Amino acid sequence: MSEVLREPAGSVGTTATPEPFEPRIVAFFCNWCTYTAADLAGISRMQYAPNVRVIRLMCSGRLDPQFVVAALREGADGVLIGGCHPGDCHYQEGNYNALRRFELLKLMLRDFGIEDERVRLEWISASEGDRVQKVCNEMTEQVRALGPLRLTTPQRVHAPRADIEAELVGQEAR
Amino acid sequence: MLAPEDGLTSRPISTNGGPKIGVYVCHCGLNIAGKVDVGAVVEFASTLPDVAVARDYKFMCSDPGQELIENDLREGLVNRVVVASCSPLMHEATFRRATAEGGQSPFYFQMASIREHVSWVTADGHDATDKAKALVAAAVRRVALHEYLEPRKAEVRPDVLVVGGGIAGIHAALTLAEAGKHVYLVERETTIGGHMAKFDKTFPTLDCAACILTPKMSAVRSHPNITLWTYSDVVGVEGFTGDFTVRVRHRPRYVKEELCTGCLECIEKCIHKQGKFEDEWNEGLSKRKPIYIPFPQATPPVVVVDPDTCIWFKTGKCPQTCIEACERDAFDFEQTETFDEVKVGAIVLSTGFKAFDASKMPEYGYGLYPNVYTSLEVERLLNAAGPTGGEVVLRDGSKPKVVGIIHCVGSRDAKHNLWCSKVCCMYSLKLAHMVKERTGAEVYNFYIDMRTPGKGYEEFYDKILKEGVHMVRGRVAGVTDEAAAPEEEDHLVIRAEDTLIGSVRRIPVDMVVLAVGLEPRPDAQDVRRLFNISCGGEGWFTERHPKLAPVSTFTDGVFLAGACQGPKDIPDTVAQAGAAAAEVLAMVDRGFVMLEANTAHIDDEACSGCKTCVGLCPFGAISFDEERKKASVNEVICKGCGVCVGACPSGAAQQHLFTDEEIFSEIEGVLAYV
Repeated sequence: MSEVLREPAGSVGTTATPEPFEPRIVAFFCNWCTYTAADLAGISRMQYAPNVRVIRLMCSGRLDPQFVVAALREGADGVLIGGCHPGDCHYQEGNYNALRRFELLKLMLRDFGIEDERVRLEWISASEGDRVQKVCNEMTEQVRALGPLRLTTPQRVHAPRADIEAELVGQEAR
Repeated sequence: MLAPEDGLTSRPISTNGGPKIGVYVCHCGLNIAGKVDVGAVVEFASTLPDVAVARDYKFMCSDPGQELIENDLREGLVNRVVVASCSPLMHEATFRRATAEGGQSPFYFQMASIREHVSWVTADGHDATDKAKALVAAAVRRVALHEYLEPRKAEVRPDVLVVGGGIAGIHAALTLAEAGKHVYLVERETTIGGHMAKFDKTFPTLDCAACILTPKMSAVRSHPNITLWTYSDVVGVEGFTGDFTVRVRHRPRYVKEELCTGCLECIEKCIHKQGKFEDEWNEGLSKRKPIYIPFPQATPPVVVVDPDTCIWFKTGKCPQTCIEACERDAFDFEQTETFDEVKVGAIVLSTGFKAFDASKMPEYGYGLYPNVYTSLEVERLLNAAGPTGGEVVLRDGSKPKVVGIIHCVGSRDAKHNLWCSKVCCMYSLKLAHMVKERTGAEVYNFYIDMRTPGKGYEEFYDKILKEGVHMVRGRVAGVTDEAAAPEEEDHLVIRAEDTLIGSVRRIPVDMVVLAVGLEPRPDAQDVRRLFNISCGGEGWFTERHPKLAPVSTFTDGVFLAGACQGPKDIPDTVAQAGAAAAEVLAMVDRGFVMLEANTAHIDDEACSGCKTCVGLCPFGAISFDEERKKASVNEVICKGCGVCVGACPSGAAQQHLFTDEEIFSEIEGVLAYV
């Protein structure tokens, strides 16, 4: 697809368009539901953004939060986790474990200045190939809108509370 | 790569002299090569660390493709294998076998899915090639870390469980029993036979359903290799492929099955002189007594007492004339639920379908106008053993002169079910023929499209047209009893668009037949959870592969037959039941199954004794040695989910083929190059 076509009409004299940002997203899909759904999306020839690269785990419960951190550290702009719907886990309750870890991990990632939208957990059953397509496209667009993840320049998301700050300053003064 | 000096971890010592990885990129004809630049992927792969050989081939799964791998292994060029081709769910077993044939552990293998996850889903060839490279790099990185593992074998028990005794379950059970396997056939209703037993004739041959079904039903009952449990349901399933423990509940009939001869004297002598309660078997078109048998050829031919309507159960005051009538002393009003536990190697699910509830479409007047029937009700009217002895009559007993059959009720409808129920066009033609034959009525069929693929089906359609059945193409808007013209007085009026002549028509009829579609059973979600298989949101059970594994499920050892997997006619159902039986036989006769090697294990040294893993394991595979303060995994019980590994704070728990290091290296791989 030509980038020139996306130029707004009448924009004369612009310099060469910068290469559009293509986010890289690492996905961890459970073998039984979401990985199978991704296979189904393939069998059904559902086209979606090429930005998502899937790593297969047997169960979303295998997901060590370190995997998410490692992916972001190694250059991923987003991480997608896919598991079976609640109650449908092939191993009974692994997806509940994934959910708990995910919620805790998000608290930590927030403190690192990593936006919530970069890390997403989705329940996608084996028959929901169309959902894989939808979620991968959505996620790619979301992360594209956020821009590249620049861990080297962390943002401070929690502004220090003024009262505590003041107290600390006071203590130092004493 | 982490160096040992990092003090974190080091790569395990390879047992085969350091990794020499062979990368094999499959064209899959044009399925992959049509989108992915295979040559570029091979070139890229050859630059990756530890890669000794990188090749491509048209079809890696073919014999010559597999031989490429085997030869490279035998000649010592490579000792680990990456195949970039289809999904591992498709061909992992094939290439593991090739790796083993080449003389290596089958687990020195990793697959990169560049078909299902790349070429089939990516619009742009350049993007696809990049993504394929990333996935290949990940597989190369991780396979270098794979440890030496032996395949695990598990014995397969010879007995088989079949759930659901319709034509699918009957056929599967008989096939298996004939092959010498012991089959437990569990049926929820009081008789086997399923929907087919309710029909009078079957399309397109118009052979009598009972004539072809009842011999099979009695064969099931008398077969020495079949244990038939009717009025029973499966309440628990444990274990895994080859070794399931199944708990079955038997509901009380209040009649001893082994003593009842089916003489039906007790029904005759019941204190109720007339049937008073809705007869479910006849779709509510007749009344039955509290003690009944669904139909004369019910199998087993054993009566059942309905405690909700029986006077004895309700009041405790009844002369119990039924007991007096029984010469065999078969009654036992003290019966309670009983349970059986059986161990089987494989399971066939043939739980069938449910007909669409026509009252969900009030515009067709079902339940409002007495002479609006569902197709199943008309099947019962046509059946010689049905409520009218085979007479097609209206509620007032008169014969209809004009009958309208409405197709696609609940099917192909965004408001109800999107799917085509596959059988309705054909059974509507059959009903048209039979109603015409029995009553001489004018019959109108209202259809959206006629769908008649199948041997002899189109010819049947042709025959019905020649018989003079009227066909109106268009979805019916509604059924009403409001007359707009004198000829509509005292009739039901079907309003429909006739798209072939381009006008709206009002056709007065005496009887409306709603060709209701097929739906998953309402408890499909519970059943699939019980057997740990998956189904779509609508409730049809999901097969392992829509084309190549249509009767298998993702749970090894559990197979599907019949309409529980999707709408099917009788020939397709029987074919599928035979296929499911063949799959079971292949598994049972081999006597063993290969189990995944991906179990968890705990490094004694690293275990801090926190017990986090112990409570997390859903299978109770982890035990804790209180003395040594160490946890350990029983790898026979472990099913390889890795939940304990994800939770272990000290990294002591690891999962074969999914170690932390392997996954970290995969993450690096998908990101490091492209």
